Amino acid sequence: MKEDIAIKVHDLHKSFDLPENKTTSLKQLFVGFGKKQRKHRQKVLEGVDFEVKKGEFFGIVGRNGSGKSTLLKILAGVYAPDKGGVVINGNVTPFIELGVGFNPELSGKDNVYLSASLLGYSRKQVDAMYDEIVDFAELHDHMDKKLKNYSSGMQVRLAFSIAIKAKNDILIFDEVLAVGDEAFQKKCMRIFEEYRLNKQTVILVTHSMDNVRRLCTRALMLSDGKIELIGSVKRVANAYSKSNLEPVSADTQTIQPQEDLDKIQLSGCDTTYNPGDVLNVKIAWPKIKGVKMAGVAIVRSNGEYVFGTNTGDIVLKNNQIYYSVDLDLGPGAYFLRVAVYDKTGKCIAFNESKCRFLIHDDLRKDVGGQVRLRHNYSNSEIETVTDEH
Amino acid sequence: MRYLSIKNRSILREMVSADFKVRYQSSVLGYLWSLLRPLFLFAILYVVFTYVFKVGKGVPHYPVYLLLGIVIWNFFTETTIIGMGSVVGKGDLIRKISIPRYLAVVSSSISALINLVINLSVVLLFGIFNGVELSWTWLLLPVIFIELFVFSTSLAFLLSALYVKFRDVTYIWEVGLQAAFYASPVLYPLTIVPEKYWSWFFVNPMAQILQDARYVFVTKDTVTAWNAGSVWWAAVPLGIVMLTVVVSRKYFKKQASSFAENI
Repeated sequence: MKEDIAIKVHDLHKSFDLPENKTTSLKQLFVGFGKKQRKHRQKVLEGVDFEVKKGEFFGIVGRNGSGKSTLLKILAGVYAPDKGGVVINGNVTPFIELGVGFNPELSGKDNVYLSASLLGYSRKQVDAMYDEIVDFAELHDHMDKKLKNYSSGMQVRLAFSIAIKAKNDILIFDEVLAVGDEAFQKKCMRIFEEYRLNKQTVILVTHSMDNVRRLCTRALMLSDGKIELIGSVKRVANAYSKSNLEPVSADTQTIQPQEDLDKIQLSGCDTTYNPGDVLNVKIAWPKIKGVKMAGVAIVRSNGEYVFGTNTGDIVLKNNQIYYSVDLDLGPGAYFLRVAVYDKTGKCIAFNESKCRFLIHDDLRKDVGGQVRLRHNYSNSEIETVTDEH
Repeated sequence: MRYLSIKNRSILREMVSADFKVRYQSSVLGYLWSLLRPLFLFAILYVVFTYVFKVGKGVPHYPVYLLLGIVIWNFFTETTIIGMGSVVGKGDLIRKISIPRYLAVVSSSISALINLVINLSVVLLFGIFNGVELSWTWLLLPVIFIELFVFSTSLAFLLSALYVKFRDVTYIWEVGLQAAFYASPVLYPLTIVPEKYWSWFFVNPMAQILQDARYVFVTKDTVTAWNAGSVWWAAVPLGIVMLTVVVSRKYFKKQASSFAENI
């Protein structure tokens, strides 16, 4: 293997037996003997091939059930592949989950030692870094308490503080960013950015395209156990966002060539608004055959889907439509995700970069949260008026 | 394979210490229970088998003889029962990191081994107090306990791998242990059984281990695998131990790669 390769995955196959009724008792084994057991062999990975170079921050994306987690578990050595193989140049520390091995019945201190030993540290090494871990987790007064008496936030803080101590050739993270509050996520982000600067080899599985764009140097997208796309972060993130726009029954569809993606034009979009302002935008697309429907979604910059609608039965004319929405939203950064579909619901063109805006903090002391709902306080009973559409 | 690299040793150490802390932490007497339990059991059985059934009559130092048997049998049941559940019990770990699978079983065996050592020191004191003669053969005890450890741990490996696939192994093993308890001379001396059957008892390695331990520690009057009939008969239980080691190791290794998906 070449020196600069960290991981080489070659023609990886993995499937799981999913019997209708899993034989976990002997009676079933004997009673069911002779009867043809209805087994369903589900292929999860079918011929995955790729390489990760040393120093890369490599992203793996894909919709639920696309095989990401299985791939990750094979890289981590938890599952054995059916066919093909993985060659790893160096040592791997995987984080399929934070706080693996934590025992709620043990004190915080004991858990640090237990968890760190599973990451490959000897007792002496943990002694040396124990204070740093406690400092980072900000849990000085709680280390002798049992873990079950910690709040979930405290547990996550402790787990993460141990995890970032892990120094190894290759680190693998699965959706770590999905847990914890905003402050915690910021902390995570800082650590990841440090990894990237220091050329630490990292593999990150995530659903957040914002994270992929911000952190990764290269990415791959899995779909139904095969590599759909591998290469630049921008292309993969676009392809993934687009595949997510496709309404429900997303059968395997070939992604349109890149040129088709950014064709939608948006005009009239400002860069800043106040809560409650009206956003007016004109959406236009080039002449593409078969456009039947358009849809607009408001998305937070961290990838959180806030609100979405589509044109439904409205007949589209002149390859354009006007969209207006009351931005009854809390402060923060947002963007519009716009797509047009054909009559089968397949996404034809798509854009999520042309309208990015910020909602100012209106600094009102009496309002908070992510949305601004119409509300009312009164000293006498409030009559509810049902809205009739 | 680097069976006990520094990394695996420290995992083992933390697992065992966590095990101990969790097991005894909400009891007032704590670790003392691992001593008191076999002692109470011993007291009950001693009363029953000396005053009611009188099987201990004529056996020199019968109390020591009985206590040693109970301690050995306790280790065997503890290792196999806790070992059986160890892989499934550590499922959370096994599904998420790639620690060597055998560590789950070995850590539970070592917890039981620590208990055994504590219990044996009580047996030793008790033996001296009871007037058991000091003998050079005491030095052979560790060899017998190594055999006991290897045999029990091998069975634990086999059972733990089976348990991943078939959860009723636990019920079968409980019944099996119950039968084996009476088929092994734990409570009674073999002399109450007709002599022509003695050799057959030693097909069971536990009988050989129990009797050998008593021979070297308590009294040379003990019937053993090699003095019950032919000397060569002693090869039978040893052969069975070796067979168990080979079969368990092979089966465990074969199953280990798919533990993560089967648990």
